[in-house]
Amino acid sequence: MSILTALQLLPLIGALVVGILPASNAKLVKQVALGFSLLVTLVSIVMAISFDRGNSALQFTEVRTWISAFNINYAVGVDGMALVLILMTTILVPIVFLAGWNESENGRWNVKVFYILLLILETMMIGVFAATDVFLFYVIFEAMLLPVYFLIGGYGSGERAAAAMKFLLYSLFGGLLMLASVIGLYIISTNQGGATFDIARLSELTIDSATQNWLFLGFFIAFAIKAPLWPFHTWLPTAAKSATAGTSTLLLGVLDKVGTYGMIRFCMSFFPDATKTFTPAIITLAVISILYGAFLAIGQKDINSLIAFTSISHFGFITLGIFALTSQSLTGAIFYMVNHGFSTAALFLTAGWMIKRRGSTQIADFGGLQRVAPVLAWSFFLAGMSALALPGLSSFVSEFLVLVGSYAKYPVAAILGTLGIILAALYVLLAVQRALHGETPAPSAGISDLNLREKIAIAPVIAVLVLLGFYPKPALEVINPTTKTVMINAGVSDPVAKVAK
Amino acid sequence: MTTSTSLVYLIALPLFSAGLLLLLGRIADKWGHIFATLVSASVFVIGVMEFFAMQGREGEARAATQKVFEWISVGTFQVDASLLLDQLSICFVLLISGVGTLIHIYSIAYMSHDRDRRRFFAYLNLFIAAMLLLVLGDSYLNLYVGWEGVGLASYLLIGFWNQKPAYATAAKKAFVANRVGDVGLSLAIMIAFTQFGTVTFAGVKEGASGASAGALTAIGAMLLLAAAGKSAQFPLQSWLGDAMAGPTPVSALIHAATMVTAGVYLITRSNFIFDASPTAQLMVVIVGAITLLFGALIGTAKDDIKKALAASTMSQIGYMILATGLGPVGYAFAIMHLITHGFFKAGMFLGAGSVMHGMNDEVNMRRYGAIRKVMPITAATFGLGYLAILGVPPFAGFYSKDKIIETAFYAGGVEGILLGGATLLGAGITAFYMTRVMVLTFAGTKRWDENAHPHESPFLMWAPMAVLAVGSVASGFLLNSGNALVNWLEPVVNESHEHHSEHFLPPLAISAMALVVVAIGVAFAILKYRTVPVVAPENVTGFTKAARKDLYQDSFNEAVFMRPGQKLTAGLVKTDYKVIDGLVRVVGWVIQISASSIRNIQSGYVRSYALIMVLGVLALVAAVWMVTL
Amino acid sequence: MDIANYIYLSALLFTIGAIGVVVRRNAIVVFMCVELMLNAANLAFVTFSRVHGNLSGQVASFFTMVVAACEVVVGLAIIVTIYRSRRSASVDDASLLKR
Repeated sequence: MSILTALQLLPLIGALVVGILPASNAKLVKQVALGFSLLVTLVSIVMAISFDRGNSALQFTEVRTWISAFNINYAVGVDGMALVLILMTTILVPIVFLAGWNESENGRWNVKVFYILLLILETMMIGVFAATDVFLFYVIFEAMLLPVYFLIGGYGSGERAAAAMKFLLYSLFGGLLMLASVIGLYIISTNQGGATFDIARLSELTIDSATQNWLFLGFFIAFAIKAPLWPFHTWLPTAAKSATAGTSTLLLGVLDKVGTYGMIRFCMSFFPDATKTFTPAIITLAVISILYGAFLAIGQKDINSLIAFTSISHFGFITLGIFALTSQSLTGAIFYMVNHGFSTAALFLTAGWMIKRRGSTQIADFGGLQRVAPVLAWSFFLAGMSALALPGLSSFVSEFLVLVGSYAKYPVAAILGTLGIILAALYVLLAVQRALHGETPAPSAGISDLNLREKIAIAPVIAVLVLLGFYPKPALEVINPTTKTVMINAGVSDPVAKVAK
Repeated sequence: MTTSTSLVYLIALPLFSAGLLLLLGRIADKWGHIFATLVSASVFVIGVMEFFAMQGREGEARAATQKVFEWISVGTFQVDASLLLDQLSICFVLLISGVGTLIHIYSIAYMSHDRDRRRFFAYLNLFIAAMLLLVLGDSYLNLYVGWEGVGLASYLLIGFWNQKPAYATAAKKAFVANRVGDVGLSLAIMIAFTQFGTVTFAGVKEGASGASAGALTAIGAMLLLAAAGKSAQFPLQSWLGDAMAGPTPVSALIHAATMVTAGVYLITRSNFIFDASPTAQLMVVIVGAITLLFGALIGTAKDDIKKALAASTMSQIGYMILATGLGPVGYAFAIMHLITHGFFKAGMFLGAGSVMHGMNDEVNMRRYGAIRKVMPITAATFGLGYLAILGVPPFAGFYSKDKIIETAFYAGGVEGILLGGATLLGAGITAFYMTRVMVLTFAGTKRWDENAHPHESPFLMWAPMAVLAVGSVASGFLLNSGNALVNWLEPVVNESHEHHSEHFLPPLAISAMALVVVAIGVAFAILKYRTVPVVAPENVTGFTKAARKDLYQDSFNEAVFMRPGQKLTAGLVKTDYKVIDGLVRVVGWVIQISASSIRNIQSGYVRSYALIMVLGVLALVAAVWMVTL
Repeated sequence: MDIANYIYLSALLFTIGAIGVVVRRNAIVVFMCVELMLNAANLAFVTFSRVHGNLSGQVASFFTMVVAACEVVVGLAIIVTIYRSRRSASVDDASLLKR
């Protein structure tokens, strides 16, 4: 059994164990769930250490027959990109558990259900990045929606049922388009001798350009909804507004990455011609996302929807980096996915603590937090700095790589994207000023600072942001081979500097 | 090139100290300020040691490098965290750590009553670290990290008392204006990488000769934008006045002596770009000339002593920027003025802080008057700085500013006359507004409140002022004797030894002209401010009104960027809800409407079900009949 | 006598029954109309049994009668219950499933 399979089984076993615990003992349930998630983190770190960095091939592979009639396999394996994303997932889950220790208390169902859902979600999040069989990927891609649906609808706040429904239906719609494309690929592979869902073999198919375009669109729209790219983004602020901080973290930090991950893994490797055809249009959408997300973030009054819109802007950067397709921009985009995960986690978790203490999600209701709760204020500030890509924090490295890589091929897009960093300063600092600075209004004066549990939860996130900012080499080393492979598959090479050295 | 192993400590020590003081929190309250000051002093000591070590090396070997670690390596984009200490950066290292240490010492006393003094010192150390990284980085990207780092430190320090909403707004304004400049720097880096495949100074310098004029001009323009943002040059100048919200030592260190001069450093460091692109150079001198007059004019009407000094800073940096645009001859003079300005302006800011300290934080000069009697040391040190900024021989400003005026005249032709005229005019206005500050603050009769009890500041405050005053007196002479600085910087900026003999005005004539203009400015101010009303008069000329409002720079920004931006944002928020999310909701709505209309068929009446059954059977029969027919 | 006449009669009876089910409201009458339709079907079965010369149709009509008898038992029980609770035998009053 591959370590990847073990990694997926562990949270499932955890969910089973949590299932047989008595629901009355909420503390025990939380401790067991946290224990299992930490075990997963440990195993994933072991996996990362034994990962062969120079090797661009899939590693820790395992193939087992699942539905032999259609040649569907349980096939898993990771390359550098999948590895860093899985690592991000397994690190974030225990942090989410710890940060939202009491999030599960006021739900529609009891505490047990909350942790069972989260542990099942963790299994799927690992599986979706590990799957090397398109059908397996599709099944997990869709199945992942259900735990999130219940997490938002059952434990969220405000109009949680409507938000959960909008999220589910929107995502299902995209998933159906993708299913059509998956079936299309399967039929083409059948016609070209040998039905398969294996990603590597599907990449070798020869598909005429008209068909490519349609199949590409099926995948791309699904991923654009997931990512989310303008104009498919409207489900995200609604969902982020209603979900608990932990759910939002996993939703934006991990689940949405499946969209951008899929663009690289599927859209680009299956349909190189269609990718070229659609690149100008997608780059346009990406730039619109960057600026549009930033402008809307400036205009938000609700702190959670502000974070959601900043993410839309950041996903614009990621998409720009992916489709600009130079080694800097692509590596930057993949690294951006990881950094955005941690940066959004820091934002949502600190915002969640602020909201819980103040009992309001409106930014205007805070103020002067720096005086009363300095550690909380600093955490939020650093998270904001990471969102505006301050050098020294990891998001700077990735954002700059995306821009410098894109500039070589699409200067106009890169210049417009660069304007996004001014807007980023505005949306972050406006929120910081309103929430942390100024006089402390009476209702905020009693806000307590972070307790030890919360400090332990936020410390690793900030540590990762700072460490990878100063020393991104470990991550870049792992990502670079993937970038190389993608570029070779797509048949592109880096533009050469105009003045040779 | 020499390989060094100690450069990293210049940055690592203050960075570590900043992190430590911030992380320890209140535990470090008792000794935080001492620790931070010691760290800053030890950085200065290391800097001095490096300086003497450099003296001991000759030629190429003078510059030292240190590769700390491999930072970013993706494809051909290779950036190491590498440091470069050459003749240019050592000037800055000494200035930053030297003035920085003095200001640390000053702040121990100045901030002694503040509950967050430890945090203040942590920020100061953070600033020192970032600023040293800015001047020591060996590539544009390393510089960029320091560049934004000082922006962050400046933001934190301007907003140090951010419980006051206006101060928090000032901090945000500074950061955003700086970010506009940062966009310029990042675009310059992008263009440089696309052109040359590298972003190190050495690599770009090597490639610059082979690049197209368009590319060089683009890089130059973007670097100028960056410099304008950081150094408060036209059109990004508006943040500096508001930045005076920060504690006064911060204004002295960051917004007078060091950070705001980073733009001058950037242009000097990129001399190979500007030397190769006359268009970019022209843009630089235009920006410099506009700003030096702009700042000087604002300075004439400000009643807030710190804002008057800030306007002066803006104007003096305008001189430096102008000098850097004048080609190889100008760089050394720009740096010289930068250093002398660092001394006298920091000294004057500390003097202003000392006055405020004694006057219950009153900043309005109309409420000062006759302070020389109660604060003799402050008045003396401030006065020496005043003489230096005026350019009275043999004070520091005389050497540095006169050289810039001279070089401006020698630019030749119409350009030379225009630039020379602008610098001369600027000198005159400088003399006017600085004399105004002197007269309003230290001379005349006392106009302060009953409950103000001005007193001389403690030793820890006046000692740094005294040291800086010595610098204001002597630095110009020292740097100029035997062309010391010019020769020292030659390997970096490729100074070509031009002979000025063919010019129509001998240097002595220009100095004389400058002195006459300065004398006129001084006389005018003394005459005008013989009596000073406590409340600023309302019936003033339109020009004074404009200068009081900073020549409408904020109104312009508000009308052109802020309000349309707010409208755009509000419009987009509405559009997002009504149009984009509206479309999504329309889909849901259509499904709901059609579902509820179909639901009406389920009436609950048995007979209608029966009827539908009958109709169904009939339809089925008809269908079968049609098919078989 | 022409065998087609039996079919016509069967169709006629079925139509009368169907119209009765759709038009009338009294549950008892509706019920009787249903019986009429069943018997019309029976008549058709028997007629076709005669036409084809085998007994399948007759067997089917026996089945129908048995089913009809069961239906009467269940149906009348329901009608009586509804009448008891609502004091009415109108089928329109028993439209509770709508909600």
